[in-house]
Amino acid sequence: MSDSGTIQMSRPTGRVPEGAPVKIASRDVNLWYGEKQALFGIDLDVPDNHVTALIGPSGCGKSTFLRCLNRMNDTIDIARVAGDIRLDGEDIYAKAIDPVQLRARVGMVFQKPNPFPKSIYENVAYGPRIHGIATSKKQIDEIVVTSLQKASLWEEVKDRLDEPGTGLSGGQQQRLCIARAIAVSPEVILMDEPCSALDPIATDRIEQLILELKENYCIAIVTHSMSQAARVSQRTAFFHLGYLVEVGDTADIFTNPQDKRTQDYITGRFG
Amino acid sequence: MSGPSDSERIAISEIVARGIRRRRAAEARFKTYGAIAILIAIAFLLTLFATIFSNGISAFTQTHIRLELALDPALIDPDGTRDPEKLKSGNYRKIIETALFSRLNVDAKSPDARLARLMLSDFSHYELRDRVVGNPDLVGTTESVWLPAHSNIDQYIKGAIKKETPNERRLVKDQQIAWADELAAAGDLKRTFNRYLFTRGASSKPELAGLEVALIGSFWMMLIVLVFAVPIGVSAAVYLEEFAKKNSLNDIIEVNINNLAAVPSIVFGILGLAVFVNTIGLPRSTPVVGGLVLTLMTLPTIIIATRAALKAVPPSIREAALGVGASKMQSIFHHVLPLSAPAVLTGTIIGLAQALGETAPLLIVGLFAFVVQAPATPFDSSSALPVQIYLWATYQERGFVERTSAGIIVLLAFMIGMNLLAIILRSRFERRW
Amino acid sequence: MLGLIGIVLVLSVLAFVAGSLRALTLARAGTGRMLHSRASYHGGFLAIMTAVPALFVLAFWAFGQPMVVEGQVDRLLPPEVQSASALERSVIMGQIKRVSQNLDALSDEEKEAIRSGEKPPVAVLLPKGIPVSGVLGAYTIDAAETYAKLTALAEFWRLAVVLGVAILCFFIGYTRLKPEFRARNHVERAILVFLIVCSTIAILTTVGIVLSMLSESIDFFSRIPPASFFFGTVWDPRFGGVTRAGAEGQFGLIPLLWGTLYISLIAMLVAVPIGLNAAIFLSEYASKRVRFFAKPLLELLAGIPTIVYGFFAIVTVGPVVQAFGAWLLPLFGLEAPTSASSVLTAGIVMGMMIIPFVSSLSDDIINAVPQSLRDGSYGLGATQSETIKRVILPAALPGIVGAILLAVSRAIGETMIVVMAAGVAATISPNPFESMTTITVKIVSQLTGDTEFTSPQTLVAFALGLTLFAVTLVLNVIALQIVRHYREQYE
Ligand SMILES: Nc1ncnc2c1ncn2[C@@H]1O[C@H](COP(=O)(O)OP(=O)(O)OP(=O)(O)O)[C@@H](O)[C@H]1O
Ligand SMILES: [Mg+2]
Repeated sequence: MSDSGTIQMSRPTGRVPEGAPVKIASRDVNLWYGEKQALFGIDLDVPDNHVTALIGPSGCGKSTFLRCLNRMNDTIDIARVAGDIRLDGEDIYAKAIDPVQLRARVGMVFQKPNPFPKSIYENVAYGPRIHGIATSKKQIDEIVVTSLQKASLWEEVKDRLDEPGTGLSGGQQQRLCIARAIAVSPEVILMDEPCSALDPIATDRIEQLILELKENYCIAIVTHSMSQAARVSQRTAFFHLGYLVEVGDTADIFTNPQDKRTQDYITGRFG
Repeated sequence: MSGPSDSERIAISEIVARGIRRRRAAEARFKTYGAIAILIAIAFLLTLFATIFSNGISAFTQTHIRLELALDPALIDPDGTRDPEKLKSGNYRKIIETALFSRLNVDAKSPDARLARLMLSDFSHYELRDRVVGNPDLVGTTESVWLPAHSNIDQYIKGAIKKETPNERRLVKDQQIAWADELAAAGDLKRTFNRYLFTRGASSKPELAGLEVALIGSFWMMLIVLVFAVPIGVSAAVYLEEFAKKNSLNDIIEVNINNLAAVPSIVFGILGLAVFVNTIGLPRSTPVVGGLVLTLMTLPTIIIATRAALKAVPPSIREAALGVGASKMQSIFHHVLPLSAPAVLTGTIIGLAQALGETAPLLIVGLFAFVVQAPATPFDSSSALPVQIYLWATYQERGFVERTSAGIIVLLAFMIGMNLLAIILRSRFERRW
Repeated sequence: MLGLIGIVLVLSVLAFVAGSLRALTLARAGTGRMLHSRASYHGGFLAIMTAVPALFVLAFWAFGQPMVVEGQVDRLLPPEVQSASALERSVIMGQIKRVSQNLDALSDEEKEAIRSGEKPPVAVLLPKGIPVSGVLGAYTIDAAETYAKLTALAEFWRLAVVLGVAILCFFIGYTRLKPEFRARNHVERAILVFLIVCSTIAILTTVGIVLSMLSESIDFFSRIPPASFFFGTVWDPRFGGVTRAGAEGQFGLIPLLWGTLYISLIAMLVAVPIGLNAAIFLSEYASKRVRFFAKPLLELLAGIPTIVYGFFAIVTVGPVVQAFGAWLLPLFGLEAPTSASSVLTAGIVMGMMIIPFVSSLSDDIINAVPQSLRDGSYGLGATQSETIKRVILPAALPGIVGAILLAVSRAIGETMIVVMAAGVAATISPNPFESMTTITVKIVSQLTGDTEFTSPQTLVAFALGLTLFAVTLVLNVIALQIVRHYREQYE
């Protein structure tokens, strides 16, 4: 790219203010899909017990970046990552790290609710089972109940835990997916447009949930909705064409964007 | 609501860490199972090919023995007319025997005479006869002629019958081996391309048995399948894909076609026997009956392939044609169908290849007749390539085992050739809309 | 018959030319008036008019003629034949027909000898290569002569009527040709009818399968009670005794069914694990290169004719299995297997043949599982094999079951491998090294034997065929339905 120099000069450091607890720190992350580069030198810190929103026009690399954080891109043959991403100071791309282990700590919720074609109970029990976190029926029961409670789905499904998860409404399905992620007690939850397939009421419930979860988890969420970012997040990062353009407190970004592109995007001039 | 505490999280991540080795081992094991499955299947395939080739490749050559034949007019043309019709009834057997005995230094009355006769194929005198009838000027001359050896000698030369076997248990006796070795050393015995394999029909003698009738029979049947199955199959597909409305009748037709594609082939044989032979009265054991049965079997394949091809043509093409005033029929026959022709052709070739190898229904409609003469029309008794292979496979002689494998090689060559053609066509004409 | 079809088709081509030319003249003469349809449609219309009605008449004639002729000949037969069973009469009629086609081969003296009852027909006819049996009597020659005469007469009229219809319809069509005549609509309607007829051939085939086997099966069951067929445990058809009472043998289905199911079971035990694991490996683990080579090789297994597998089974697999049995069985105090053909040989080879059916269908089905489910599982930290075993396979299960059912149906209906490698003895035994037989093997052996077509020994093949068809039909329909529902679910 010819103008990469100018953009790199204005590259934000993305560091959280001194003293704030950094959960994930990424430095100079580049990613290629085959020949095509999709991320260019991303430096971004994700603070613990906060919600960080990733915004930007379609195709700018938000999902791609999010998937770097739990090495989901490993499942794509052509994807290649360079750079340094640390979870609690530990390089997650180090040889010694097993992505399986990593993903138990960094959970993920997807754009389209994707419950497994199993019962509600089995959906939630899936993670604890594969990781061997709980072995007795009683332990699993307990995890299922508390996870569903934390995902504020318990009241709605407590009488039909044996019914297939795919039979729930879209919003319920998405909360089931969140419960499924919570069930392995991750430290970080990554959410890729978790509400884009939902109606406003369901969206509202998920947003409430995110705000509750933030107390105990580090959350990164991709969203296309400015207002959602404003409602749920404390920090916002703006991506554009694979570059991290600007990052800061949500209030600052929305009221006083430094970069012209951020401004244009927020005021709805493109994207 | 509070989440997990830090200590809980540490406990959990320790559990996860402890499980990793076991899970990675399970992963590796699972992957290995898959690889082993593939390897078993491929090993089986390779063994199959290796068996067939090692058994069959020798059948493409045939041992011949050279003799100096004095074409004595007294024996073959006593009247001196050189009339080809008369020449046909000459005593060629005698000529060959005389030459053979003198070449091997055997007295015609000695016990070795029988063994000497068994050096040559029973029909070598026909070979000579055809030569003389084709060129009457040969009468009276002395010709050096390569004659086909007896199957057992052939097998000895090919190494299937071993010298080490004790004489009593060996089909080729010590004396014959000595002769064969001597002939070979003198350059009067050699292996050449076995054209009988392609120019002769059924025979009870392996060295004389060939695939000619079977190949021609199969050719007729493929022709019949092509002539009937393609137009009918394509028409049916066009109707079902382009005209048929969604109603219960068409649903039934749909289920029917899918089911027919999975009906055991032998059932089609029974149908053919009952309908084409017993009811309509077509002659049994003929390519016409076999061809019609194979047509019915191939129809579903062609219909399914054609429908898929029609489905792949985007609606815009149809709309464009309708837009310039063509009728629906014209838009389909002038635009849509030509565009899907390569895919239809590919499906047809694959269907034909399947039909070519089909055996059971042909057995049922009687295509296992012992036919020596090549069928001139589809209404003459015939055999078929796979059925001929089956029949040869039921004989014990080593010469037939070899020929069975050779027949299979020919069959597989056709099938693989056809499939390759289909693959090439598909990749050449593959259209992405 | 074929000649006549040829004549009609030639006439039809001529009609096409005549119609096209006529349309062109009309267009030139009719000043200003355009043809509604192109000239070739007029030609096409006329060609259809000429050929189709005539061919219809011909078809009906072909059907009716034998009935009428045989009805007439039937009246000439003596009362004792008239009162015989329908079956016997049809045998007699078939032989009379054969004699009528070979009357030239008989001299007048020979005919007279038969007529006077001096010699039985079979004694005269058989040496001349006319295949008849002892049921024929002195009436044969008269009946055959009548048969020949009536047939010749009918064929003359057939020619006249068919050609008459062709020409008549040609002229009716010809008079309708006008510039404004909507030839295209007529032709297109005819084509549509043709398309519909073609698409009903699939149904007709099924109906034909059922009917052809049903009538012979009913015939069979009129002599052998269904219960002793379906529940009989002894298979011993006793070739030879054609219609003699009491010599009909026993036709118990159970041993054949046992062999069929046993071999299919072994085939599935081979094919399902290998096919499924291969499909999983190819679709989830294999690199592009491995896939590129391995997939066509697997598919090649499906393309190899079953006769090749049968041969391979007897020359290679059979001896190995036998040697293995000879080592294994004595350890359990059993006798070593006596032949290379066995349930195990046939089952293993059939299983290998079926691998690609299981694997390629499963491959499709596994690939149809949406990526989002895989992502969901990986996102929770599942390994690839855990994802496959716990998410993908359960999700794909219905489809895989459908694929396996289709494979079972194929195993049950497979013929050549079992004909060559399973054996012919109808035994019920749990020992897989023993040779057993299957429904398909018996269909082949009953229909390729030398017995009369109307003997129970032959008819049983139709009952077996019908059973086979019914079993596979049920399996296929269930399997196809499952697969279809499965596909729709993820579309
Ligand atoms: N699996 C893939 N293979 C190849 N290219 C990909 C792949 N996934 C994403 N890309 C490309 O990478 C770029 C970034 O994609 P990404 O999905 O991260 O964008 P996004 O910001 O999430 O967009 P959206 O808001 O539409 O979800 C895009 O140009 C996209 O085409
Ligand atoms: Mg995205």
